Amino acid sequence: MIRFVVSRLIGMVLVLIVVSMVTFLIFQAVPLLAKSSPVYYYIGKAPATPELLQSLTHRFGFDQPLPAQYWSYLAGFFGKSVTDGTSAAVQCPFPCFGYSFRRNELVSTLIGQALPVTISLAVGAAILWLIGGLTVGTLSGLKPGSLVDRAGMTGALAAVSLPIFFTGPVALLIFVYTLGWLPDNNGYVDITQNPVGWFLSLLLPWICLALLFAALYARLTRSNVLETMNEDYIRTARAKGLDRRTIVVKHGLRAALTPVVTIFGIDIGGLIGTTIITETVFNLRGLGTLSIQAIRDLDLPVLLGVTVVAAFALVIANFIVDVLYGFIDPRVSV
Amino acid sequence: MVDTSPSAAAVRDFADEQPFLVVDDLRVHFPTDDGLVKSVDGLSFELRRGEILGIVGESGSGKSVTAQAILGLHKGSQAKVTGRILLDDQDLVPLSENEMRRVRGDEVSMIFQDPLSSLHPFYTIGNQISEAYLVHHKVSKKEARQRTIEMLQKVGIPNAAGRYDDYPHQFSGGMRQRAMIAMALICQPKLLIADEPTTALDVTVQAQILELIKELRDELNSAVIIITHDLGVVAETCDQVVVMYGGQCVEKGAVDDLFAQPEMPYTWGLLGSMPRMDRVRQERLTPIPGSPPSLINVPKGCVFNPRCRFSDRVEGRRCFTEHPDLLPTTSTTHEVTRHEVRCHIPPEERQQILLTEIRPTL
Ligand SMILES: Nc1ncnc2c1ncn2[C@@H]1O[C@H](COP(=O)(O)OP(=O)(O)OP(=O)(O)O)[C@@H](O)[C@H]1O
Ligand code: SF4
Ligand SMILES: [Mg+2]
Repeated sequence: MIRFVVSRLIGMVLVLIVVSMVTFLIFQAVPLLAKSSPVYYYIGKAPATPELLQSLTHRFGFDQPLPAQYWSYLAGFFGKSVTDGTSAAVQCPFPCFGYSFRRNELVSTLIGQALPVTISLAVGAAILWLIGGLTVGTLSGLKPGSLVDRAGMTGALAAVSLPIFFTGPVALLIFVYTLGWLPDNNGYVDITQNPVGWFLSLLLPWICLALLFAALYARLTRSNVLETMNEDYIRTARAKGLDRRTIVVKHGLRAALTPVVTIFGIDIGGLIGTTIITETVFNLRGLGTLSIQAIRDLDLPVLLGVTVVAAFALVIANFIVDVLYGFIDPRVSV
Repeated sequence: MVDTSPSAAAVRDFADEQPFLVVDDLRVHFPTDDGLVKSVDGLSFELRRGEILGIVGESGSGKSVTAQAILGLHKGSQAKVTGRILLDDQDLVPLSENEMRRVRGDEVSMIFQDPLSSLHPFYTIGNQISEAYLVHHKVSKKEARQRTIEMLQKVGIPNAAGRYDDYPHQFSGGMRQRAMIAMALICQPKLLIADEPTTALDVTVQAQILELIKELRDELNSAVIIITHDLGVVAETCDQVVVMYGGQCVEKGAVDDLFAQPEMPYTWGLLGSMPRMDRVRQERLTPIPGSPPSLINVPKGCVFNPRCRFSDRVEGRRCFTEHPDLLPTTSTTHEVTRHEVRCHIPPEERQQILLTEIRPTL
């Protein structure tokens, strides 16, 4: 177990190094291909004079060889003082992703503001879609062809076919603007300041995001349950004289839901990419909107930072899934 | 792999005992998209306590479906089960899934065909066996554990207490089979059904497992059904045998009768395709040519007719038009377990063919 965890941790660090290296190289290569200086992309505009360009190139270290630049980027992650591009040096503590000249903020500050929004959105939606998807999928899978099954699968089909940029505005129109059931606070409400407001501000985004995943999970769960209930070991459980509940819960669901854990880990880890649309529709300033904005502004430091955070989330989620899997399925030696 | 010459001493006569299990005109039909699959179609036999019945037949002849029907495992599926299955005079066919639960595992238990897929991969061997005991007995988990360990010892698992917490994948094939047997026997069933308990095991383990089943039969006086492809296993272990083909019984009788005087062409084919130790360096096994019948469009007349070498010995193409009845042979030596055959060839002629054409090739 300890060996497994250690080897996985080493693997994770390696993956993160590779991801940061690739991102770094891409962001270095973009200016080169465009035959301009990375300085332009770093501060988001052309420096006023050639002298300023030269001094900034030197200041950012763009006159250094690539490996040295990468190394100082990596080392800087653990804290350094960064320049704000004009005069003063800014202290940038761990985890330091550099300084956004477009926004005049430390990247870590920007990410720190966006992260709670995305995490709130992701966790709430995940809880909803797990409960919804697993319940509908299990009920359908246990009684294929029944009314519950047909209703559930029709609903799931509808839900996967409706994109969030459709369901989102429609939901807003109905529940906020027409019925007025939910407040029109246009954005995220901080949980520490107003928990009820937080909940209400996220209710529709949660539902819209969860609907899509719940539908996918319902189908996956249904087919897993259906398959598992036909396994030989379920027949053995029946042959012992066990009651239906023990057969379904202990013998059936344990096996049927295990693969869902894997998918769930990957989905949660990759959610930063998926939440972009939801965040945009509901005007939530999370990591998704932050990265969209950064792409528009050619704000390289922010993009680098968000990419590393997203990769970190994915790697961590995979790690947790692997450890969990080892506990659930004894055939996987941990 | 055993000598199949009838060992007269081995066969008990159960004449004065009441049948414990009566299967009467059992039919199990599965409606499918392609049509109605008649997996079992009119099967009847009787079994007494202490008696071992062998069911033999090629793959797909309906052996496992029969076994599962006795345990009521088709309940809740699309399958249509008709006929009667009397266990100690109680008909199991009309029972609900819930009523059947009390019978399963306690009075009737089953050793399934493939122990690896029949054991749950996520639970320990000990957990799965003690679970079978706990459903039918009001005891503590600790007592169930104790009883499970005893059972594992009994079926010959070394260091049983230590292996209680092993998972199925940590057991070898033979050990898993033993664990399955322990699970089936922990509630001391009055009827044990073993579905190919020795397939895929090497010969020594195979012999040990069969010995184990016989010992447990002696100890509990249980009725036993052994399902197998292997007539050698039948000759070695059983008192009575049912030969199945295409969901029907084509020949049955006491083991000594049937091996002394097999009378159905399909049985001859099975005997011919059986490896035998006493043969001088196998002059080639002769598998039965052709393939098992469709269970949806069952051949008209005798089910075996497409593969039968002797259908031309019957007048008027009756093999292709008229379904033969299962009739007692003239050579029956047992009162209760009569030797019966489903074939249109007249008895004297069958015996003649056996003597002149079949025996010399076996
Ligand atoms: N649920 C089902 N639906 C449709 N057909 C089925 C079903 N279960 C079994 N059958 C069919 O019934 C026939 C008999 O199956 P069964 O498992 O009893 O064969 P068997 O004699 O045990 O063969 P084997 O020696 O391979 O175990 C097969 O042709 C099988 O395809
Ligand atoms: S009835 Fe005809 S086809 Fe069937 S086994 Fe006898 S001879 Fe062969
Ligand atoms: Mg079978």
